[in-house]
Amino acid sequence: MSESEWRLRAPANLVSKRAVLLWTLRAVIFWVVVVGAQGVVLLVVDGAPTWLRATMVVAAVVGVVHALVMPRWRYRVHRWETTGDAVFTRSGWISQEWRLAPISRIQTVDTARGPLQQLLNLSTITVTTASAQGPLRVEGLDAEVAARVVDELAATTQATPGDAT
Amino acid sequence: MIVVRPLNELIGLLPPLAALVFFGDFDTWRVITSFGVVGLVIGYGLLSWLTTKYRITDSQVELHKGVVFRQRRSIPRDRIRTVDLTAKLGHRLFRLSAVRVGTGQQERTPGEGTVTLDAVTAVEAERLRQALLRKTEHVEDADEEGVTIASLDTRWYRYAPLTLSGFISIGIVIGFLMNLVNELDLRFSEVGFFRRALHWLSSAEPATVVPVVAGFAIVLSVLASLAGYLLQNHNYRLTRQSDGTVRVRRGLLTTRSVSIEEKRLRGAVLHEPLLLRAGGGGRVTAVTTGLNKVGGSSLLLPPAPRPEADRVTADVLAVADTPTASPLTQHPARAKTRRIIRAVVPTVVIAAVLLALAETADWPTWLWIVAAVLVPVSALVALDRYRALGHSLTNDYLVARSGSLDRRTVALRRDGIIGWKLTRTLFQRRARVFTLTAVTAAGSGGYSVLDIGDEQGLDLAEAAIPGLIGQFLIRG
Repeated sequence: MSESEWRLRAPANLVSKRAVLLWTLRAVIFWVVVVGAQGVVLLVVDGAPTWLRATMVVAAVVGVVHALVMPRWRYRVHRWETTGDAVFTRSGWISQEWRLAPISRIQTVDTARGPLQQLLNLSTITVTTASAQGPLRVEGLDAEVAARVVDELAATTQATPGDAT
Repeated sequence: MIVVRPLNELIGLLPPLAALVFFGDFDTWRVITSFGVVGLVIGYGLLSWLTTKYRITDSQVELHKGVVFRQRRSIPRDRIRTVDLTAKLGHRLFRLSAVRVGTGQQERTPGEGTVTLDAVTAVEAERLRQALLRKTEHVEDADEEGVTIASLDTRWYRYAPLTLSGFISIGIVIGFLMNLVNELDLRFSEVGFFRRALHWLSSAEPATVVPVVAGFAIVLSVLASLAGYLLQNHNYRLTRQSDGTVRVRRGLLTTRSVSIEEKRLRGAVLHEPLLLRAGGGGRVTAVTTGLNKVGGSSLLLPPAPRPEADRVTADVLAVADTPTASPLTQHPARAKTRRIIRAVVPTVVIAAVLLALAETADWPTWLWIVAAVLVPVSALVALDRYRALGHSLTNDYLVARSGSLDRRTVALRRDGIIGWKLTRTLFQRRARVFTLTAVTAAGSGGYSVLDIGDEQGLDLAEAAIPGLIGQFLIRG
């Protein structure tokens, strides 16, 4: 893969190392539900179709590979950076998304923490702009880092005039 | 309001009710239910009218409504970007109109940024339109006509059949009728004409049935698309008002008047679907904040000749030459390979699967033959899609074009871009191309430059908004 023409550097900061655990847990929960549902059908229903065994094995293998590969891959991709006039994020794994928003166009900055994130003391920063394209998100930040970043962004955003459309 | 809401709903219910009365086998219980439904609809309309109040103060537009769930919505007047007056048939019978006020607010749930007053009298609606959009104090005649930018030319009707709207509406009508026939248990097969037609269809040679049915469908769709054009675009006028808005008025039964604040106009989109393009026509929509994405409220020009589309776009955007017609820079040949692979591989796979099924599972052979014929067609579409790909940067606009069956050229004001999104799939990374999306508050929220070369795309992003992406580029 040639990167010679891709002169855009990655954002400076990594997310928390615990984010790997977060993504692994999410993948494991998802695949346990998928495989488990098929398992229950196989055990409970008489004369369940035989191909269900095959799909269950396939789902289990895909699930294990996904839970092992995806979080580590994501950890290498997910990065973020804030400068004096812009927020810059990178996310994804197989497909990657780079987002850039000027500070002057930011409308709100919030943090959100799901149950898993609370367990791991992590936090997601959501930076919304006036667009219907959806907000910029930095997932799996250490909760204290997230709180600090939000304070900084809120301060810079307020100091910038304009209605952000 | 008191009658209009139920009336509009009743008009929608008329065809099934009529069918029930004329064709259905009478069933007292069923008739009682339908009258009960009508009663409920009217009762609900009455309650909503009684519970709806609006107030326009110096700074706010407030709406209180809701029968069961009370809702209060207020929007600041200086945030109003568009005013859309829609009068359906039921409204027009009583000289009423629905007023929809749009703001630039981001909609997390649909309708969050808009307030709809349904319905006020047509005179009041016109007064509201002027009052709500007027930021500076100035006096305007009640019936000010504005400066006409474009108005309907009857010759434009020749573009109506070149849109697929005819086919789509026939599909909808047939689906609706079939459903109705099923629901009401009508026995069309007992009517002589239908029985003969059905008999002929099932007994005649396929070689004669196919052309006759196809011809029938084409004639019907041409008529339906002409009727659709008449219904939607009758009396179409595009004017520039003295209060700094452009205004589109159109419609035969349902009349619409959409006013867009010029300051908030972020650009325009030229739509050239394949057939319309072959006929040398195009359709123009506005890129602006405060308009619903649905319902065609952003339409600036219905299907019309391409030179007219260019003239209108330039006039609305207040530039000498329309950016949507500016010469475009092509994307690298790697993008062509991607287009072809993306179009051909799925059709080949489908053809192969159908062939395998025909061999092993007794599926009809004509299925895979049709799929195989589609392979070269998809390659042609892919080539056309590559030819469409392009971008350019004018003084004020970022221009991007893509698509073949539905080609669209987007001109987006550079100062309306509020960020970038760069997406790279695994295959795009290998092909050294990516999709650059200009994020904006207007229109659909983001407009993409598809499969632009790595170098080219980063340069474009830097040139369009100097200094934003530049700080993250590696100089070398």
